[in-house]
Amino acid sequence: MAVAEPILGNDQDTGQSVLAHRLARTWRQPRGLWGWFSNTHHTDIGIRFMVTAFIFLLLGGILAVLIRLQLVRPENSLIGPDLYNQVFTMHGSTMIFLFAVPMMFQGFGVYVVPLMCGARNIAFPRLNAFSYYLYVGGALVLWGGFLTNTGPDVGWFAYVPLSGPAYSPGHRADIWSQMITFTEVSALGVAICIATTILRYRAPGMTLNRMPILLWEKLVISLAVIFAMPAVMIASGLLLLDRLVGTHFFNPAEGGDVLLYQHLFWFFGHPEVYIIFLPGAAIVSTVVECFSRRRIFGYTPIVVSVVATGFLGFSVWVHHMFATGLPQLSESFFTAASLMIVIPTGVQFFCWVATIWHGRLQLRLPMLWCFGFFFVFLIGGLSGVMLASVPVDLQVHDTYFVVAHFHYVLIGGALFPMFAGIYFWFPKMTGRIADTTLGKWHFWLFFIGFNITFFTLHFLGLHGMPRRVYTYGPDMHWHGLNAVASSGVVFMTAGLLVFLVNVFRSLRTGETAGNNPWGDAGLEWSMSSPPPPYNFLHVPTVGGRDPLWDDPPDQPVVVGLRDDIRETLVTHSLDADPQHKDEDPGPSIWPFLASVAVSAAFVGSIFTPWAVPIGAPLVIVTLVGWLWPHGPSPTPRPAEEV
Amino acid sequence: MNVVGNSALHMLLAQAAVLHLDRHSILHPAAPQAGHIEWLYWFIFWILLAVFVLMIGAFSRAAGKTRVAVSHPLPVMEKDEIADRRAGWGVGLATGITVITLFVVLVFSVITGKRVEGLTSKDPVTIQITGHQWWWEVTYPNPQADQTVTTANEIHVPVGTPVVVLTSSKDVIHSFWAPNITGKRDLLPGYSSAFWFEIEKPGIYHGQCAEFCGLQHAHMGFSIVAEPVDEFKAWEQQQLKIAAEPSTSEAVRGREVFLTHACLMCHTIRGTDAGSRLGPDLTHVASRNMIAAETLPNTAGALAGWIVDPQRIKPGTAMSPNPLAPDDLQAVVAYLQSLH
Amino acid sequence: MNAPVRRRLTLDVSDLPGVAFGHRNTTWLANVFFMVIEAMMFALMFATYFYLRTRSTDWPPGHLPPALQYGMANAVIFLVSVVPAWTVRKRAPEGDRRAVKNGLLVLTAFAVAATILRIFEFSTLNCRWSDDAYSSTVWVLIGMHSGHLVTELIETVVLLAISFTPKMEGTRLADAAINSDYWYFVVITGLIVDGLIYGTTRFL
Ligand code: HEA
Ligand code: HEA
Ligand code: HEC
Ligand code: CUA
Ligand SMILES: [Cu+2]
Repeated sequence: MAVAEPILGNDQDTGQSVLAHRLARTWRQPRGLWGWFSNTHHTDIGIRFMVTAFIFLLLGGILAVLIRLQLVRPENSLIGPDLYNQVFTMHGSTMIFLFAVPMMFQGFGVYVVPLMCGARNIAFPRLNAFSYYLYVGGALVLWGGFLTNTGPDVGWFAYVPLSGPAYSPGHRADIWSQMITFTEVSALGVAICIATTILRYRAPGMTLNRMPILLWEKLVISLAVIFAMPAVMIASGLLLLDRLVGTHFFNPAEGGDVLLYQHLFWFFGHPEVYIIFLPGAAIVSTVVECFSRRRIFGYTPIVVSVVATGFLGFSVWVHHMFATGLPQLSESFFTAASLMIVIPTGVQFFCWVATIWHGRLQLRLPMLWCFGFFFVFLIGGLSGVMLASVPVDLQVHDTYFVVAHFHYVLIGGALFPMFAGIYFWFPKMTGRIADTTLGKWHFWLFFIGFNITFFTLHFLGLHGMPRRVYTYGPDMHWHGLNAVASSGVVFMTAGLLVFLVNVFRSLRTGETAGNNPWGDAGLEWSMSSPPPPYNFLHVPTVGGRDPLWDDPPDQPVVVGLRDDIRETLVTHSLDADPQHKDEDPGPSIWPFLASVAVSAAFVGSIFTPWAVPIGAPLVIVTLVGWLWPHGPSPTPRPAEEV
Repeated sequence: MNVVGNSALHMLLAQAAVLHLDRHSILHPAAPQAGHIEWLYWFIFWILLAVFVLMIGAFSRAAGKTRVAVSHPLPVMEKDEIADRRAGWGVGLATGITVITLFVVLVFSVITGKRVEGLTSKDPVTIQITGHQWWWEVTYPNPQADQTVTTANEIHVPVGTPVVVLTSSKDVIHSFWAPNITGKRDLLPGYSSAFWFEIEKPGIYHGQCAEFCGLQHAHMGFSIVAEPVDEFKAWEQQQLKIAAEPSTSEAVRGREVFLTHACLMCHTIRGTDAGSRLGPDLTHVASRNMIAAETLPNTAGALAGWIVDPQRIKPGTAMSPNPLAPDDLQAVVAYLQSLH
Repeated sequence: MNAPVRRRLTLDVSDLPGVAFGHRNTTWLANVFFMVIEAMMFALMFATYFYLRTRSTDWPPGHLPPALQYGMANAVIFLVSVVPAWTVRKRAPEGDRRAVKNGLLVLTAFAVAATILRIFEFSTLNCRWSDDAYSSTVWVLIGMHSGHLVTELIETVVLLAISFTPKMEGTRLADAAINSDYWYFVVITGLIVDGLIYGTTRFL
């Protein structure tokens, strides 16, 4: 079959345009400042997540530049130990909690998932909006603290007892813990929305085994979030209690235990890194399929691998704790588990090669970034294999070798796929195609700069440079390598600046995209770009894994959904049979107000316990306002004929 | 040890004119443990390098073979049973090789782990290392209290003798790491654990705290002085003595200053009234090469600078500034330098 | 674009119901996810409890075990309260608004009673949270459960309030049924917490 023409939603047809007009009125989001805060449509919230997260990538990046400047020569006095410790903690926390997860899981998920499902909106749109504001709240707390010299300074995993009341007086570590609460509640909220959307809002016919791989991955990630995030909430929550009300969970003098914290943190921390990487893998699978011009090879193995990764991710956390001297037998078990998790990742790599090998490769921008991903993530994954070996890890643990590993996997697994995804969906989000020439400059500058910086760090680690040191003596002879590493940042910065220029230019002067500029198969390409507020003129039905490639032009569409209220179709979790109809609750200011109340209570509780009794009623009021049934009750009215 | 690996890396590094990196390097083992690990490192490295080359080769081949240079979307390829079956074999084979490779890595890793961990001989020297923010307290425990050597940051060991290290921490988590000798071990408050190493060649080996422990984590170094057994014994005897009586009048005055200023609230000098354990034991401070956890050489100038304003040298350190009059300062330094 | 596409085939969903009860309801699914999150939190706290137990020779270390009276009274209330919860859950799909209202009323009464008893329970734990790690764990376990209890109380009260208005119909009835699921969750976790706090301190 040839490139799929847009088969749905032809606005020139008058009957269709009447419907389009009515739907647009029903699903319209309010305007103005108040309206901005009331918006609950997933495309808008998704883009907000992405833009906000991108800003934090830049802010985190600026901190990285500071780190590299400080380390460029021995005994540099640019920033002292106090500031340096805040800077690297802020860098790590910002990148992980304010950039990587919000961008890769929340941003792309919220934007793309309902479109790929064929849904008019995400499930629980108000919870979704609430999650966004809470994320912003957490970000403001963390950066507000940093700008007032109260930035956390205990590392992104804030080990006790250093982060405990005895060794971190003041509010720095409190800020870190509360930021965790904010961002994790946000991720959990979005996980519920996305998992429910995938399980219940799929277009009729999109049975589980016809679900695009991206949806599978988002489902697995949502579940991983649901199972993993509670662990870090407990870890940071108990830390906060130790600090604020004098409990003794982590105080060895009173029967507490310092390793307990590490177990709790890494039980979350390792699944977390797959929560960051799997969305990247999902984007890669999507892009590779599109630009190889063939159906992805190995749908089932890939899905099985993703599910396996989700499970195995929970069984390897101790590999971050090898140096604590746990019994050798248990450490060997965690080596085995860590190596096992290579297999599903490997299977995905092999399937991507096979797809390209037997396809017809079009090296457009998104695909170029996928090749960047293959190269970079491969190196990072292989150094991960080295770390999984206990004896090797005992040597390189907490050195720049580990820093090199995780930048290769994080930037390889998140940043490169992110740019692939941005260039891929940019036409859908904005209606215009991003410029290719600038995009290539962006790629090569960033790719080269990245490798200059981070490949060098492997050598520094092997030659004994510990991480998190604010300076080092000339007698260690680390300065040559450090200078090389720092020089790469120049190229990375230039690359990112080119990207920003590209975005702003393409927004105004880019080539217009049409519905489906790449000829991709996903349902998100069946409506105009950017999508109308109701997403689909007719909710589609689906007859194959690659709807726009597989389905005939007369593929049935759903009729009978009302156009005067926001009606959505709920289908069966497994076989996607239509089951009943839900009403989308529509825009509301309450989620925003609730997030303000919750934020106030969280932040206040750092300073006074009274914030809890004062804040709780406010939170309750806003939640009741949010959930209280509004307007006329949905008594059945006859559906408009289509 | 892997000669090929070493020389390949050396070529790379030497050409980049990056020299002398062996002082604190896992690639220049000076003890059997580090040697085993280095061997394992190169073993895994070569395997993974092969994996890397194969994967990059596969991607390049796939891309080169099928790339088409048009910008409009091409039609989608029809399903191709034969190609899919071939791809299926390829993926299956690659997965099989992956499993085998990982198994090999696992086996060698566990074997090496055993070799590194297992204690091989008797009559070890036992050393208790206690982490402090930001220095190392070192004792050689002995059932008789007056036979216990206490020192700081400079660890003397006899060559060819197993050394058992008992770990503990007074405050936060630190990590004891001398890369040329063996892997690291965390010092956890509330836990005490033990590991061992053995050094074959006499020499001074560098080490550093590897777990982030606050402001001066960067300046928490130590050194291991490995010496022939008889030299070690002599050193031990010397350390057991109480502090030498100062022989010059300046040193006598220095002791006076020491005992009448804040110093004695934090330091011990055995044989004097100073008996506090907040800071390093200074009874034989002059016998050490470096002071303040490998931050400064043990010279008169450095000592004076340190005593007057340690916060400038190690911001955050527990030692407070001591604004002594110049001649008092000189006297204290003279006294400290007499404590061999 | 080209000529309008003829659509011969359509899937008409106008007859589908506007509400679903039980596992088909989307809020039910969200509630399940929510309970999984909470269950994970409790499970990790239980793990913490046993982990800390291995780090101490005496358990409770230097305290009397918590006194039984209020905890046991609460356990009984939890068990009995399952009845109104069950009624609401059963009657809501039938559209029996009266039964739902009465059920919610009784459930509210039980929840209030349990909350009040809980306040007294804190005074009979024979320890303060700041004594040692054991005490901290006991307080946080029971405090966490109290948080759920109060949340559930508020939710029930809100539903009760709605049930006095004509809005208690359709999806609200489904919500009332889902609320009962959540009450079961509060009861089960409450009994496990009681088992830990009152049982393991005596028999372990
Ligand atoms: C996106 C994030 C991400 C990903 C995907 C990974 C993936 C992996 N990581 Fe990494 N890791 C981090 C992020 C990530 N990691 C971070 C942030 C830290 C540090 C935290 C901190 O301390 O601050 C860390 C630290 C870390 C450690 C602890 C190091 C230490 O502190 O001492 C270990 C140890 O086992 C480890 C192992 C692995 C392994 C085995 C994988 C594997 O999943 C990799 C699998 C992939 C491949 C191997 C490539 C593709 C496979 C093939 C082509 C098949 C063929 C391959 C073979 C035959 C080998 N990682
Ligand atoms: C996804 C996560 C992520 C990303 C993308 C990065 C990106 C980078 N990181 Fe980061 N890093 C971490 C996650 C990440 N890091 C984590 C988790 C840690 C551990 C922290 C800890 O130990 O606690 C860490 C630690 C860490 C260290 C170790 C610090 C130490 O141990 O002392 C270093 C040192 O080189 C470093 C460097 C860099 C560099 C050079 C980049 C570069 O790639 C950055 C590139 C970005 C830029 C160069 C910014 C460009 C800016 C502009 C274009 C500005 C435009 C301005 C306006 C419009 C206002 N990182
Ligand atoms: C408040 C406590 C305190 C006081 C008072 C104090 N010191 Fe110290 N001193 C320390 C600590 C702690 C260290 C270890 C610091 C480090 O390495 O980070 C130290 C280190 C030293 C060292 C280096 C020891 C070594 O082997 O590295 C010398 C020498 C020294 N002090 C001398 C003095 C003298 C002389 C005085 C008085 C004039 C003094 N100190 C007063 C706490 C103190
Ligand atoms: Cu001690 Cu780092
Ligand atoms: Cu991990």
